[in-house]
Amino acid sequence: MEAATARKIRVVVAKPGLDGHDRGAKIIARALRDAGMEVIYTGLHQTPEQIAETVIQEDADAVGLSILSGAHMTLVPKVVELLRAQGVEDVLVTVGGTIPAEDIPELKELGVAAVFTPGAPTDEIVDFIREGAAERHAQGA
Amino acid sequence: MASQPGAKPEQKPRAEVEAAEIEAVEGPAERTTMSGHPIERLYGPETAPADPDATIGRPGEFPFTRGPYESMHRGRLWTMRQFAGFGTVEETNERFHYLLDHGQTGLSTAFDMPTLMGYDSDHVRSLGEVGREGVAVDSLDDMEDLFEGIPLAGVTTSMTINAPAAILLAFYVLVGEKQGVPPTQLGGTIQTDILKEYIAQKEWCFPVEPAMRLVTDMIEWCTENMPRWHPISISGYHIREAGSTAQQELAFTLKDGFTYVERALERGLDVDDFAPRLSFFFNAHIDFFEEIAKYRAARRIWAREMRDTYGAKREESMRLRFHAQTAGVSLTAQQPLNNVVRTSLEALAAVLGGTQSLHTNSFDEALALPTEEAVRVALRTQQIIAFESGAPNTPDPLGGSWFVEKLTDEMEAAAYDYFARIDELGGMVEAIRRNFPQREIADAAFRYQREVDERKRIVVGVNDFAAEDEVPTPILRIDPALERKQTDRLAATRGRRDAAAVETTLGELKRAASGDANLMPPILEAARARATEGEMVAALQEVFGTYTESPVF
Repeated sequence: MEAATARKIRVVVAKPGLDGHDRGAKIIARALRDAGMEVIYTGLHQTPEQIAETVIQEDADAVGLSILSGAHMTLVPKVVELLRAQGVEDVLVTVGGTIPAEDIPELKELGVAAVFTPGAPTDEIVDFIREGAAERHAQGA
Repeated sequence: MASQPGAKPEQKPRAEVEAAEIEAVEGPAERTTMSGHPIERLYGPETAPADPDATIGRPGEFPFTRGPYESMHRGRLWTMRQFAGFGTVEETNERFHYLLDHGQTGLSTAFDMPTLMGYDSDHVRSLGEVGREGVAVDSLDDMEDLFEGIPLAGVTTSMTINAPAAILLAFYVLVGEKQGVPPTQLGGTIQTDILKEYIAQKEWCFPVEPAMRLVTDMIEWCTENMPRWHPISISGYHIREAGSTAQQELAFTLKDGFTYVERALERGLDVDDFAPRLSFFFNAHIDFFEEIAKYRAARRIWAREMRDTYGAKREESMRLRFHAQTAGVSLTAQQPLNNVVRTSLEALAAVLGGTQSLHTNSFDEALALPTEEAVRVALRTQQIIAFESGAPNTPDPLGGSWFVEKLTDEMEAAAYDYFARIDELGGMVEAIRRNFPQREIADAAFRYQREVDERKRIVVGVNDFAAEDEVPTPILRIDPALERKQTDRLAATRGRRDAAAVETTLGELKRAASGDANLMPPILEAARARATEGEMVAALQEVFGTYTESPVF
């Protein structure tokens, strides 16, 4: 359908777990919005279930998980599993935060498309999501 | 007048020519601090304060711009207080002993996220978070083991916890009791600053009003029972880490402080009975002079407002004393050894700004919790400043600098501008409800990030001077088995305590929460019965409710 390409990219920016460090999440949410995307920011202290539900309800193209608590190896797999269990395979999952380099391959193996660590330029993140979402749109999602 | 071809171009005014020439040599004429505050090309006697005796004065004298004490660090160095906590109480107890053995002079406890949010380690929301960012403390049993072998009469302890602060304080008081140290002899600080949680740090248990009641209960109880204890540490640190400017950090923190003072006065306390035990906690960021100006302005504003607005008579009530921590957000994951240098500059700013206590971050903290080696370097940084640099030899060595005095005055003016805007909104609690400080901080954070992205601000190793091949830094890994170990500890506590006593004391706590009695005594009784933190918070939430933010970005 032609309208698919004109559809605005929809991104859920989510803060899983208990950590209250929302500086990065808010900056990214705003940068994505400024880039013309539809941004749904979940707010803090979300369970993986809440996040998966938001992604599905909002029919998001991408979800960005921001975690600075060290709990990423527990929380990220849960979100990914929950999405899979609901039959959601094509949503671009990205992670941002203090993620040790050794953990990145494992996260990618789970299906995380990209991990952005401290110092990543905002534009790089915006471009990555734009390209990933465009692919999803092209596939007719 | 349009110039004719070939005609001599009209001469530019001399000042403009000079400005252009200067710019050609010096680069952009407009310079700002990292907070965006404009900096002049040169400062001189023409900007000197009109009445230095009134606004600057002498160290240890009103308005304390130059420091809260006459001899400052000559007389007494700042307390070197490294924040520590991870895993279970056993790991953290070991780190405490390590730090004390290496010359640290006070303890500082970091709690994990579930503890900060009032969840027990076996709560479903705690999964994956136990012992990650701090130590897990569920009950008095944990607190006793955390301070095993550390005589509480001989140390001062700082505890970074806010929403459930009253519960952790009760645990600490009971550890003292077990060691034979009465509350009157316990020295230390508990953060308790709930307003900045709603503004920036975002770890809460209850809605704002009941949370403020709990804070005021604690201040009241400590005023009567713990004369050496600081029941609240009014904190700008997290506000700054969330992305505020130095001016916002100063303004919001002081305004939070005034709000607590107002609540305590409404409770009927005498300002001179509790104000001397209020303390502050500021960030030490990388813009050296701006930070020093911030501390100096903070002291002056607090002194003036405490005397003139809140009627303080004792100088102790007007003397702002603070703890500082170097800026976690200034640390980079790239070329992490550079962080030792950043931390040194920030620590020096805090010292020259007259801090009473200091935490220096470890160079690997943009990657994970610090390793023992990184913690040692951080502590050594303070010791080098203290014992090698000569910085402590005279109070306020930058006082009288035309630049620093002008910046101090401007910092003060910026804070008063914010006070006026907050008052217009109906005070700090109302301003928070309307997301005012939250929005100001988000805007500032976003602006700064854009400047970094556009390379208007250089962060060495990040957007310039990048290294081709980064050498991996060894990091501290938290063993996932620790979570299981802690939930086992908790199960053991639940198994051996008197269940009826727990139920009775929790019932009493709820009853007290429904009325207006001070909540500290029933919390102490529940803690003594080994009720867990999560159980006490849940009991209070039955009466108070919970809090959900409507976020702005």
